[in-house]
Amino acid sequence: MERRLTYAEAIREATLQEMDRDPSVVVMGLGVEDPRPIYGTTRGLAERFGADRVFNTPLAEEGMTGVAIGAALAGLRPIHVHIRMDFVLLAMNQLVNIAAKSRYMSGGAVSVPIVVRSIIGKSWGQGAQHSQGLHALFMHIPGLKVVAPSTPYDAKGTLIQSIRDDNPVMFVEHRLLHGVTGPVPEIPYTVPFGRARVLAEGDDVTIVGISHMAIEALRARAHLERAGIGAEVIDPVSLSPLDMDSIEVSLRKTGRLLVVDCGWTTCGASAEIAVQSMERLQGARDLRIRRLGFAPVACPTTRPLEDLFYPDARRIASAAYALVHDKPELWEPPEASDEAGAPGPADIEFKGPF
Amino acid sequence: MDLPLQRSGLVDPATMARLYRSLRRIRRVEEEIARLYPTDRIKSPVHLSIGQEAVSVGLCEALRPDDVVFGTYRGHALYLAKGGDLRRMMAELYGKATGCARGKGGSMHLIDVAHGVMGASAVVGSTIPQAVGYAYACKVRGQEALVASVFGDGAVEEGVFHESIQFAVLKALPVLFVCENNFYAIHTPLAERQPFDNICERARSYGLPAARLEADDVLRVHERMAEAVHHIRRQRAGPQFLECRTYRWREHVGPGEDFDLGYRSREEAAAWMERDSCVRLGALLDEPARARIDAAIEAEIEDAVRFAEASPFPGPEELHADLFREA
Repeated sequence: MERRLTYAEAIREATLQEMDRDPSVVVMGLGVEDPRPIYGTTRGLAERFGADRVFNTPLAEEGMTGVAIGAALAGLRPIHVHIRMDFVLLAMNQLVNIAAKSRYMSGGAVSVPIVVRSIIGKSWGQGAQHSQGLHALFMHIPGLKVVAPSTPYDAKGTLIQSIRDDNPVMFVEHRLLHGVTGPVPEIPYTVPFGRARVLAEGDDVTIVGISHMAIEALRARAHLERAGIGAEVIDPVSLSPLDMDSIEVSLRKTGRLLVVDCGWTTCGASAEIAVQSMERLQGARDLRIRRLGFAPVACPTTRPLEDLFYPDARRIASAAYALVHDKPELWEPPEASDEAGAPGPADIEFKGPF
Repeated sequence: MDLPLQRSGLVDPATMARLYRSLRRIRRVEEEIARLYPTDRIKSPVHLSIGQEAVSVGLCEALRPDDVVFGTYRGHALYLAKGGDLRRMMAELYGKATGCARGKGGSMHLIDVAHGVMGASAVVGSTIPQAVGYAYACKVRGQEALVASVFGDGAVEEGVFHESIQFAVLKALPVLFVCENNFYAIHTPLAERQPFDNICERARSYGLPAARLEADDVLRVHERMAEAVHHIRRQRAGPQFLECRTYRWREHVGPGEDFDLGYRSREEAAAWMERDSCVRLGALLDEPARARIDAAIEAEIEDAVRFAEASPFPGPEELHADLFREA
């Protein structure tokens, strides 16, 4: 029988196995030793590996990021955990001015093998400062790698890859993914960066869904299927480096691109994917493009507005339908189709190709 | 003159000669940089340490080769005092492929890992937490190395200074914090930036030993640095803090003086120049010994400049190299 873990369990297992394998791996962050240890992802690590290798930090994001960088320069491989991505903004100087640049501006004399785990919050009134998907800020910076896996399998494989990577890696999680289950082999394995994953095939439209939006895109695909539209759903997995080759292959087939991000669209990951698609295919393939992301405001806490703030499966389906039929969004999935089996976020499960 | 230089009889001649050589070498390298600067062959902003050399020299004389320093954009003195390669430094200033950072870092980012110079940042205060993190790694791995974090008075105003020093005390890390207080952030005096002239008191409030010293005397600086280093290494009781009061003779950035700007007076500078460690220590050496040291320094500088000028620029393939380390 297939072994299944939650996304959170997959992260914990990756961390534990790498700490077993390599004594230079350390875990640090506010809450990593808590009774509620980062949604279970760091549970039991301190007991097993000791206080030198797993430790709570002061609330000093910039300073502790610098500490992680310094420890990495001395040969450790720190995993620095932020329970919300919003707090990483306090560490931008260390990440952008130091971590990203140390290797290049030293002519290769040093490298900074750190992993910065951070979690995008969503729902239950998380509000403006507990909900931001800021991965595009890091994609902008040469010298940082950015990954945002959506499945338990990729969470484990990309985290192990991140830990073994000799460079700074921003490891982006989404709170709603932590409970998602899927097949995860027990043996340690890596998922290489720069390879997108085709989650489902289709001929009519390519939907690129980033992080949690990959799941919403799969739900949208179920709606679209009932309307006679075949959507190909691609999870980029790694945002920097970005696997544009796989997206291009899909676009040569469908000619229609919908990028859905859990972040804002302006200067965002969706903008990058859209323009690179255009640069590759202009003149070679007729291409129609749409993007969906956060509404261009701060995230409101009240539920009716919060629901409007986020793209969801129904709006993704409407946008994809409009792309395929070359007209504004008049179509919406019938209400009945929600009940007819498009799975909710907690129910989403993944089969193959892994 | 109540100065330890007066007690120089207590210092062995070899140490005196080493300290003088280091002071003089840094001074002359930077004077040569200033002399060459108008030719525009040095394509890098330079923040000269002239006047402040005694801090780096006194510190590094107290360190071992396996100890590590993290510094600032005003870093020529620290780099050279710790043993950084002069040829590669000069080539770096020239933007040459043989530079210590292959021409990609320039004067503000000198690095020489083999000699424990772990890099410098142009963003004030930024390397302080790295020194602390490096010390954390040393401690948990049972390594003996000690880390010195050198920064200016402006860095004390940055939040990251406080974050870093608190963590170093919390984990009892082997760090020597060295604040080079030269009283100015570019052109803004300390009194306009900090409510009290009490950097040491504030450091002490985090629970670590902190002392202030006048860094106009390299023997005193060395003595105090050696005490602090000894305490950190032997007692393993955590970090220490030294505020070294010193003075920058030249402009904030560039080769010249800046007394015409009016933010400080030549008289203020003159009082420091009169107490110049390099001159006073040199006067204590016997003349033939001093002359030999001076001649060797001149030859070394000439060689380094020749090396820099003869070295090639990086090729276009270097633009994309070394962004990442790939296995």
